Amino acid sequence: MRVESLDALKKWKDNIPSPDTKTIRILACAGTSCLSSDSDLIIERLKEQIEKHSLDTKVELVRTGCVRLCGQGPLLLMEPEEITYVKVHLDDVDEIVEKHLLNGETVERLLYTDPKRNEIIKAAKNMDFYKKQKRIALLNCGSIDPWNIEHYVQNDGYEALATVLAENSPQDVVDIIKESGLRGRGGGGFSTGMKWGFTLQEKSDEKYMICNADEGDPGAFMDRSIIEGDPHALIEAMVIGGYATGAKEGLIYIRAEYATSIEPLRKAIEDAREYGFLGENIFNSGFDFDLEIKLGAGAFVCGEETALIHSMEGQRGEPSTKPPFPSQKGYRGKPSTVNNVETLANIPVILRKGAKWFSSIGTEESKGTKVFALAGNVRNIGLVEVPMGTTFREIVFEIGGGHPDGKDIKAIQIGGPSGGVITEEYFDTPIDYDSLDSIGAMMGSGGMIVMDEDSDMVEIAKFYLDFTQDESCGKCTPCRIGTKRMYEILERLTNMEGDPDDLERLRTLGENIQSSSLCGLGQSAPNPVLSTMEYFAEEYEAYAYRTKKTKYSVDPEKCIGCTKCKRVCPTDCISGDVRQAHTIDESECIACGACYDVCPKDAIIKP
Amino acid sequence: MRKEILDTSTLDSDGLKKIDAYIDNLSGNKEEQLIHVLHHAQQIFGYLPKNLQWYIAKQLDMPSAKVNGVVTFYSLFSEEPRGKYTVSVCMGTACFVKGAEKVLDRILELTDSQKGKMSDDGLFTVQDVRCIGACGLAPVVTINEKVYGNVKINEVDDIIRRYKRGEKHAS
Amino acid sequence: MKLIDKMINCTVNGMEITVEKGTSVLDAAAKAGVHIPTLCHLNLHDLNAVNQSANCRVCVVEDDNSGRLVPSCSQEVYDGMKIETDSMKAVMGRRTSLELLLSNHPQDCLTCVKNLDCELQSLAHEMNIKEIHYQGEKMQHPIDTTSQAIHKDPNKCIMCRRCITMCNDVQTVGVLSPLKRGFDVVVATAFHMDMGDTSCTYCGQCVSVCPTGALAEMDASSKVWKRLNNPKKHVIVQVAPAVRVALGEEFGYDPGEISTGKVVSALRRLGFDTVFDTNFGADLTIVEEAKELVDRIEKDGPLPMLTSCCPAWVQFIEQQFPELLDVPSTCKSPQSMVGSLAKTYYAEQNNIDPEDITMVSIMPCIAKKAEAAREELSVEGHYNVDYVLTTRELARMIKEAAIDFNTLRDGTFDQLLGESTGAAAIFGTTGGVIEAASRTAYEMVTGKELKQVDFKDLRGIDGIREATIEMNGTKLRIGIAHELGNARKLLEEIRDGKSHFDAIEIMACPGGCIGGGGQPYHHGDSNILKKRAESIYKIDLGTELRKSHENPMVKKVYKDFLGSPGSKRAKDLLHTTYSAKERI
Ligand SMILES: Cc1cc2nc3c(=O)[nH]c(=O)nc-3n(C[C@H](O)[C@H](O)[C@H](O)COP(=O)(O)O)c2cc1C
Ligand code: FES
Ligand code: FES
Repeated sequence: MRVESLDALKKWKDNIPSPDTKTIRILACAGTSCLSSDSDLIIERLKEQIEKHSLDTKVELVRTGCVRLCGQGPLLLMEPEEITYVKVHLDDVDEIVEKHLLNGETVERLLYTDPKRNEIIKAAKNMDFYKKQKRIALLNCGSIDPWNIEHYVQNDGYEALATVLAENSPQDVVDIIKESGLRGRGGGGFSTGMKWGFTLQEKSDEKYMICNADEGDPGAFMDRSIIEGDPHALIEAMVIGGYATGAKEGLIYIRAEYATSIEPLRKAIEDAREYGFLGENIFNSGFDFDLEIKLGAGAFVCGEETALIHSMEGQRGEPSTKPPFPSQKGYRGKPSTVNNVETLANIPVILRKGAKWFSSIGTEESKGTKVFALAGNVRNIGLVEVPMGTTFREIVFEIGGGHPDGKDIKAIQIGGPSGGVITEEYFDTPIDYDSLDSIGAMMGSGGMIVMDEDSDMVEIAKFYLDFTQDESCGKCTPCRIGTKRMYEILERLTNMEGDPDDLERLRTLGENIQSSSLCGLGQSAPNPVLSTMEYFAEEYEAYAYRTKKTKYSVDPEKCIGCTKCKRVCPTDCISGDVRQAHTIDESECIACGACYDVCPKDAIIKP
Repeated sequence: MRKEILDTSTLDSDGLKKIDAYIDNLSGNKEEQLIHVLHHAQQIFGYLPKNLQWYIAKQLDMPSAKVNGVVTFYSLFSEEPRGKYTVSVCMGTACFVKGAEKVLDRILELTDSQKGKMSDDGLFTVQDVRCIGACGLAPVVTINEKVYGNVKINEVDDIIRRYKRGEKHAS
Repeated sequence: MKLIDKMINCTVNGMEITVEKGTSVLDAAAKAGVHIPTLCHLNLHDLNAVNQSANCRVCVVEDDNSGRLVPSCSQEVYDGMKIETDSMKAVMGRRTSLELLLSNHPQDCLTCVKNLDCELQSLAHEMNIKEIHYQGEKMQHPIDTTSQAIHKDPNKCIMCRRCITMCNDVQTVGVLSPLKRGFDVVVATAFHMDMGDTSCTYCGQCVSVCPTGALAEMDASSKVWKRLNNPKKHVIVQVAPAVRVALGEEFGYDPGEISTGKVVSALRRLGFDTVFDTNFGADLTIVEEAKELVDRIEKDGPLPMLTSCCPAWVQFIEQQFPELLDVPSTCKSPQSMVGSLAKTYYAEQNNIDPEDITMVSIMPCIAKKAEAAREELSVEGHYNVDYVLTTRELARMIKEAAIDFNTLRDGTFDQLLGESTGAAAIFGTTGGVIEAASRTAYEMVTGKELKQVDFKDLRGIDGIREATIEMNGTKLRIGIAHELGNARKLLEEIRDGKSHFDAIEIMACPGGCIGGGGQPYHHGDSNILKKRAESIYKIDLGTELRKSHENPMVKKVYKDFLGSPGSKRAKDLLHTTYSAKERI
């Protein structure tokens, strides 16, 4: 069935029956994290049970994308009351069916307990985790069935496209997006409207609209959640972007690691074609546009736009120098627009609600919201979408619920391998592109890792550098050899084989790699090191002057002599009798940390 | 080495036919689709041996060096066959002092394979890995996703045998 | 567009200059008289060989407007740009990149083949590097000496990728590619195969642009020394046309200066028993080839006929277009013809056992080394040519023997194979072989004397050229290509039945043999190649006889030994065969 106009679209929408208030709608999270804790089996079981009890007319089971509170998954959201069951196990299903579906009771033991106030919270919307969030990019994620185009249409889907094609010129669209103040969420933060304008200006018989779904940042998964949870939003945005820039072909470059999780996207593309949202003469406007999926094959650098383009051309994913920018010479040498998934997910909403509405959210220079993947030593692990200008403290302590064991939080790492650390003194900084820049960090794609007092910042910096030097494409000198040398210096330091000169060497080298590398990977690779060097200089010095304590020891006051550590020590260097304080022979200790992990009384002192 | 590369008789001919068909079906510039072709080939053959890379280069009418350059750039492409089970023996300090090396040797012996090379029966690829952060369980061996801790040398036989017999979640 | 619209203003270190839009920062700085070091950059613009991948980063300068460093080799100047080439940031950026390269480079400069000819070494000196602050793991790769022609030491590679540009973009051979990534990246053959197992044509263009000792010729000088020191061996040497206009550069002469007489004398001083001229072989080749062409025209094909004296090109067609092996002329190359006759005709005349003859040739070319090792190019178990030395190797031997090249008197070639015409001389440059062939074919076909021997239409530097020559009312349509990428285009036309040529000359190297892989390094200056070409034509012009078939010694060889062009004996000794090779 082709939908030929906005009216036809609206008519269709009106004919889709909306859920009856009497029916129970179960939103079952099938995001990647929940899937890995068997949410598909849970959904399967629910389906069986619903059939078995002939509840089909009374209960609607919706398999959704990520509901965001991944740390508490698998999650089930029971509408209309929005009662939320967390950490659901396969064995719990029968009880849920029995009590909730058949008898209208709540399964209390599966409800979320707010750890701070120690109170049970029934509805998701009342949890601190969700209260401060504002959804634009993730608007439909977790609330609709991504496999079902009707769900998207019911939520005003494709209306923006229909309107734009009927009423606006490409330049109008560019102007609206410019006015909205939307900036790229892929890391660079460049004005999306301006970018589209550049491509529109170029005269060429062929142009391309490209979606960057490489999402290589370890720990980040917002783009994946959008692709899985709301694929039509991405498709709608791509068509609009194509129209605004003059491209008839769109490409979505997805990392191959996501290959199995893009099935909803494939299905959505097929459906969109069937209804005429892709293909020729969309909404009878005379505009043609179609989409193709391109797969990566495991290379972080392919997230960089020029590398991404080369990878799409079947080559090694090596970046090339800019200018020329993709908008001048991109895919196949033709003008191309590269946008991030999250950036694009904002587009239909902006066009529906207006540039003014969007620009009323956020800060002076950064409008709208940003999605962060919150992880590390924090209670609520998951996806967080907040207005720009929200502070770190709000995200980590209010939404994230602070440290799970109440320990001190030492730093927040933002921007993954390209980013830096934020220390306590900056926790109240309103987050936007420019504020982060000014404190030596960067937005990156939105990975946010919380680190507690036990974290060794030098080791953390080394971890990131190991990642970047491994992922360096090897094309330019500073990145190819420089990151390797930085890593070697860090390794020397952490092995207690370094010397104070190494610190200067590390800093100078890092600064020069930043300034002279070819692409963003090299230019930002030293960030994790330089930023930790700035804020945690003493940790580096402890290694450089070899004053760092590297061996574990026992606090005799706390030790109860349970012998757990003694039994677990791989080198047998812990001695002590039962119920006597134990001691560690430092000459034999290899600092593996096994004792620390098993000690029930926190009696092991970390180096 | 030339002979070995030009000899595609070691490759399953049905597999090659599937690749031919896949390539024939591609539209537009075929060289541009190299990465997709390689994914497809790896799905069929499990890995991308040299003669297969050469074959693909020939079918796409491009230099093998370019194909090999792409294969070695992306971490998801493998030039070595991988067994059904990847056995990783941790060689971190803790595991090492607890005799991981002996464990590794024994596993290699039992699987009749060399480090990093697939066993002839196609079941195992045995490798050593850096510390996996489970030192309290040293020595540690993982087989695919499953973690085995405190592995004693005499237990190794039992574990491997169970995988050989096809008991998947041998524990 | 008016010129004024195309001009933009910028400053270089405070100096205001006006440059054309599209000018690189590097060129703009040069215009202001400011030198910026470069390493990976290669700009043989008129030969379509440009490496602009901006990977070495030793050319970075500061853009004062943004405060960022930009690679001057590939960054275009924009209007109002303020370029600082000597800011602390820029100097430190360049230094660091160079130091990093050096930290991953062997330090055996003293015994390196590129000692004093190495661009990395010169830069280290220029940038005053006295200490390398960053030390660490170095690359460790096996050295490849498996091909007869190219010596590959990946440990000296700095990943500038000039070789990759030459091999892939210019020559379209595609034997080299970066493999792996990050610090482990290495420029290599597919699967790290031995060079000798690949489809390498040995054109040596990778060698001619390599800034370090990573790629070099397989040096045959020690083997030649051994033969020279063996009194039982009668060691004959021959010198290719393009050598005499380039060797001088190694001894401080201006590019292109002709030093034929000194070359001969130097060879005698080195101890060669007989000094022949490959140009003689060139004349002989023309006579045989012209005969073959005339025959092929009369017998309806196969046409076009392609020249066959360039060995890299022969390798190329065998591997890349195996279905077209009937189009190249069956004539051996001049080097092989001289070798073949030296071990038969000359040996016979002088009563020397061919077994005792060592044939050495001095070539501008690396592929000639591989050509000499072809089974097809032997007669009765004797290879036509035993050793090939490149122009550079000869220069090194002369220096090694402490021969003062500059004060040498001019010597002359030995007979029987030492006489040549102007037609032979122009073999050394693109278009020369076909021009020489045309001079002879014209007289063969028409039976009339050719008055105007200069076929100017056939000359020039464009990658693909064409011309038509009238002979007795029939038109001979001629095509010329140099660089294998251009050759590929012509071959594809032939394969697809679209070619409209009767005869085609192909040379693998830019500019023909004067730009051969064994010539003194041009270091990216294409003017040097132009100068050499000019001298080649000067030699032609200054020679009394300018048609190959007029060479008295060629006539003599036919009379005494071969019979007529295309005779059975000529076929046996002067022609060869080709065989298809699987491409890798
Ligand atoms: C090393 C590196 C990795 C990158 N990875 C990604 C990525 O995974 N996803 C992404 O959208 N952008 C990534 N980028 C940024 C892109 O180059 C590009 O700026 C972005 O896709 C543009 O889209 P936007 O304007 O919508 O943000 C990366 C950049 C660099 C330098
Ligand atoms: S050393 Fe084996 S798990 Fe750490
Ligand atoms: S010369 Fe410019 S980057 Fe190498």
